[in-house]
Amino acid sequence: MKPVFMTYTKKDLINLAVCMFLSVLIIPTFITTEYWYTSILIPWLCLALATIGQQIVMGYTGQLALGAAGFMAAGAFAMFNLILRVPDLGFVGSLIVSGLIAAAFGILFGLPSLKVRGIYLMVATLASQFFIIWMIDKFGWFKNYDSSGIITAQDIVIMGKPFTTPLAMYFVCLAVTTVLTLLAMNMARGSTGRNWMAVRDMDIAAESMGVSLLRTKVQAFAISAFYCGVAGALFAFCYLKSLEPVAFDIKLSFKILFMCILGGLGTINGAFIGAAFILLFPVLLNAIGNNVFHGAIDATIISSIEQVIFGGLMIIFMIYEPLGMAKLWENIKITIKSKLSSSNIESLKTSKLKK
Amino acid sequence: MVDELLFFMEVLVGGLLAGTMYSLVALGFVLIFKASATFNFSQGAMVFFSVLAFCGFMQDFNIPFVLAFILAAFLMVVVGLCTERFVLRPLMNASEDTVLMATIGLGYVLEGLAQAAWGVEVRRLDLGIGDFPVPWIADNLKLFISALDITAGFVAAIMIIGLFLLFKYTKIGLGLRAVADDAGAASSIGIPLKHIMLLVWSAAGVVALVAGCMWGARAGVQFALVDLALKALPVLIIGGFSSIPGAIIGGLIIGAVEKVLEVYIGPFFGGAIEGWAPYVLAIFFLLYRPEGLFGEKIIRRV
Repeated sequence: MKPVFMTYTKKDLINLAVCMFLSVLIIPTFITTEYWYTSILIPWLCLALATIGQQIVMGYTGQLALGAAGFMAAGAFAMFNLILRVPDLGFVGSLIVSGLIAAAFGILFGLPSLKVRGIYLMVATLASQFFIIWMIDKFGWFKNYDSSGIITAQDIVIMGKPFTTPLAMYFVCLAVTTVLTLLAMNMARGSTGRNWMAVRDMDIAAESMGVSLLRTKVQAFAISAFYCGVAGALFAFCYLKSLEPVAFDIKLSFKILFMCILGGLGTINGAFIGAAFILLFPVLLNAIGNNVFHGAIDATIISSIEQVIFGGLMIIFMIYEPLGMAKLWENIKITIKSKLSSSNIESLKTSKLKK
Repeated sequence: MVDELLFFMEVLVGGLLAGTMYSLVALGFVLIFKASATFNFSQGAMVFFSVLAFCGFMQDFNIPFVLAFILAAFLMVVVGLCTERFVLRPLMNASEDTVLMATIGLGYVLEGLAQAAWGVEVRRLDLGIGDFPVPWIADNLKLFISALDITAGFVAAIMIIGLFLLFKYTKIGLGLRAVADDAGAASSIGIPLKHIMLLVWSAAGVVALVAGCMWGARAGVQFALVDLALKALPVLIIGGFSSIPGAIIGGLIIGAVEKVLEVYIGPFFGGAIEGWAPYVLAIFFLLYRPEGLFGEKIIRRV
């Protein structure tokens, strides 16, 4: 399909229009309960953004990384300090700069990827996870010498207007996520993304074709960390409304890894599907526990069952559909389309016969 | 001066002995990697699963110590059997990274199952060996070394000698080495791949149980064991993924360096550098010797 604007095709623009229509007009008019915004939509957008970051480094560039939460923490605390110490920067400026700070960490901890891959790289990126959290925890400056351990995030103010209601925060997250998602799609389809995929599929071959491994890998890590950093800042300011290093522990990194893999490696829409699944499934399971079994099952057992199901799904997807739910969705669409077209042919045949 | 030296020795020996605990976890990884070139990310979860089951048998069903241990070991064989049948066999021809991700999923399944079956609270595990300095050594050498650490050291030594003999002198060991070298060629001359896999995963399960007992006696049987087991990863990077002696030496290096750094450099940064120091050490190793101290050089072709 020929791109109409930059790398976007006509189909993409229609999809974008539909998504915007749904998220800007339909959702705010029909969903009025705060719970949906504060506990589902806002974290979904933030985590989907972080998952796009993970996708860039893992799905597109094929580097097994496990430190997304560390970069998110870097972004979140950078945001806190920027708003505190450089108030002139404004919210959007701080968001961009905190993304850049996270990107700097991404470059630093992405450097080992030049020498190693697979599980080896995973260990190197674990270092970033533990190091960043430790650094924030141990140096009081990052937390503005707050001894309680949990700092309240500042209110979001853009151009002098406060954005403090759940709906307003939802729009902030939506705007940032939309812009960055479009950018990510553009990068993934342009020469940048082609280089990433060349490195993923066979790095030695890519190098001999003239793709600079240093440039491509470091770029992927930097952009990935930028996305994670921005996502972390939004996560802290719009969802948690507080900053504590514990919120960004290794468990969150694993969660994002799961979102990325179950959603579908190497797809942008997979990031949204995966994040929605990992976020909504526990809600569903709890609802079943409360309504069907009326709380007869202990909450800890429910969360254990949830873990078993996530792990089991991971294994099942690896065996039957390593490309995740996005591919599954694609397959369903194709099946429906072929069914429809075949029934069209059938009807054509019958109509011809009648004639 | 003498006191300082003694203190340094104490830190070093304590670190080395604590390192053998990491080695025990790393040993399970190595066993599986050697036989199938699969990186088993769920080894940490296996440690947690096995020792929680062991505790559960003892504390909830009042099964005596030895019988509970045998039951837990048997349970790990069952886990190995299921893993071989439902995870590894369908993924026989999948890429390394796919299998690795599947084992991450397996780890989640094991953690969830263990907690669903035995609860989430911290359990105490009493092996009858105290975690306090041995009086004899304290009196004669003026070193304060925990009895549990020494036991862990002995257990690790016995297991390594046992595994070494198994690999070197038995027919099974020969089969294991053949499969590790070239699985296709090994199966074409009639070595039953399935049995070898089952054997290796069961052995790794039992090793996990032993490691879990040691860790559990020290830190309590709890979910944090899984995170502790992650530290076996830098151990493997330093020692090399396919070498049993490497796992031991790597564990000793990590244990010693982490303790010495914590005691001598940690205070300048507010402590708790143990959490990341092993990983950073591993990065430096990766930059200079990616295959580890005892690993085989990785050669890749287009």
